[in-house]
Amino acid sequence: MTLDFAHRVAVTLRLNGRDVTTVVSPRTTLLDWLREEMGLTGAKKGCNEGACGTCTVLVDGHRMNGCLTLAVQCADREITTVEGLAGPGGEPHPVQRAFAEHDAFQCGYCTPGQLMSAVACIAEGHACDDGVVREWMSGNICRCSAYPQITAAVLAAAQEAQGAPGTQAAPGAQAAPGTQAAPGAQETRGTRR
Amino acid sequence: MRDFGYARAGTAASAAAALADPGASAIAGGTELLNWFRLGIAAADRVVDIGGLDELHGIALEGSVLEGGELRIGALATLNEVGEHPLVTRLAGALASACLQAASAQVRNRATIGGNVLQRTRCPYFRAEEPVPWPCNKRHPGSGCAALAGRHERQAVFGWTGDCVAVQPSDPAVALAVLDARAEVLGPAGTRTIPMREFHLTQQEAAVGGEPMRETRLGPGELIIGYRLPASADGQAYIKVRERASYEYAIVSAAATVRPAEGPGGSRIAAARVALGSVAQRPWRLPAAEAELPGTALTREALTPVIERAMADAAPLPQNGFKVTMARNAAVRALLRAAELTAGGHL
Repeated sequence: MTLDFAHRVAVTLRLNGRDVTTVVSPRTTLLDWLREEMGLTGAKKGCNEGACGTCTVLVDGHRMNGCLTLAVQCADREITTVEGLAGPGGEPHPVQRAFAEHDAFQCGYCTPGQLMSAVACIAEGHACDDGVVREWMSGNICRCSAYPQITAAVLAAAQEAQGAPGTQAAPGAQAAPGTQAAPGAQETRGTRR
Repeated sequence: MRDFGYARAGTAASAAAALADPGASAIAGGTELLNWFRLGIAAADRVVDIGGLDELHGIALEGSVLEGGELRIGALATLNEVGEHPLVTRLAGALASACLQAASAQVRNRATIGGNVLQRTRCPYFRAEEPVPWPCNKRHPGSGCAALAGRHERQAVFGWTGDCVAVQPSDPAVALAVLDARAEVLGPAGTRTIPMREFHLTQQEAAVGGEPMRETRLGPGELIIGYRLPASADGQAYIKVRERASYEYAIVSAAATVRPAEGPGGSRIAAARVALGSVAQRPWRLPAAEAELPGTALTREALTPVIERAMADAAPLPQNGFKVTMARNAAVRALLRAAELTAGGHL
């Protein structure tokens, strides 16, 4: 039962709808791998300690900080970055459209993280009113302080999603957290291993 | 971050065997470990990924609520999974609330309930990058405590020593302590349980044990595999006081459970439990208050002196006397809120 410790690890995962196999050093974070190996620089390295949220990406539909995740921990997962949000013809995701319509940014540095967090926030069912959005979006810092516009954009996109069900499910989502438990279920398991 | 070897554990037993090596670290969510590696707080030659261990997942009720049933929470449940699980919100509301008031939505999707209680202090002198430019006995034993002579308004008011004045910042740990949860631990000698109200050590307790920098009762190579909590129908609440409304560590916090009794003069307490957070290096239960509270009216005026008496042994540092008052008020609010939640009919 002795474990074999490797310094180079082969990882297969799905990235923005495409299967990718890569060999990584275990200390490589998902964020560094995306930016430096895959050339996907949408997710930003703001604080590199989980404080700012600008590296937020979806792992199996759940939002996570790319800087607090190792690439090796993403084996067999589905990763979605801001580059994977647009539709097949390049049309903006409804949440991207809502951000543009509501002027929900100024410098734009935090926007990729805000967008990914917003997509998940809506899919989780946490975009029901102003206060709830502010609480569930608090992991994304905006130093230009576009918070009122971001909140408005998230609420508008959520309303649009309610009007047209199924158009905004977080890519790769199996089930939103909190909706996994069947009524009366005595035991549930997270979709994350 | 230094290079390390990586392996995925297939069973908890193989993980425990690998973790017996002092150069090995377990990784689950990694939200704390990766920052330790970056700052030089910890370094590991080998990292054991326990994230794939099925036996460490799952939230279930064993037995019935009314007949000594227990809630079993696997160590790998994320803070969001625990905080939003219907069994936890119904039977351990203080824990659900503490989980959802911790960190941010995306951190809570990674951070696990097992790892959360092993997070270390947020004292800024401790959280410095190597080479640490000031004394910190946790980082470099024998170097001293910069916080004691420097800024310590966020640090301990109970249980500290001249060697270290840090507090344990976990929110869920406070709820687990007030709910009489037990941690299930797997180690080289097999499994054992540790009551969560004793899991962490104050600096004074650690000094008495001859290991002044020890922070928990977890032994070398031991791994938290889950928790067991008595299912409770009592009202519960977790109050977190902080400088921002969200995504911020507590200045102080309080968790409480209340079983109210209706009397001729209004609602009184039949039984209650209280714990304070971020006032010591462990969640701080108030046994003197718990003994005195039965029969006390559920009003701010009646509760405040009871909590005050139970906190009479507080020993604030020069800059943090305000935490004693703030913690007292948080405890009173937690008791009142817990009573309200009972009245709302939790079951």
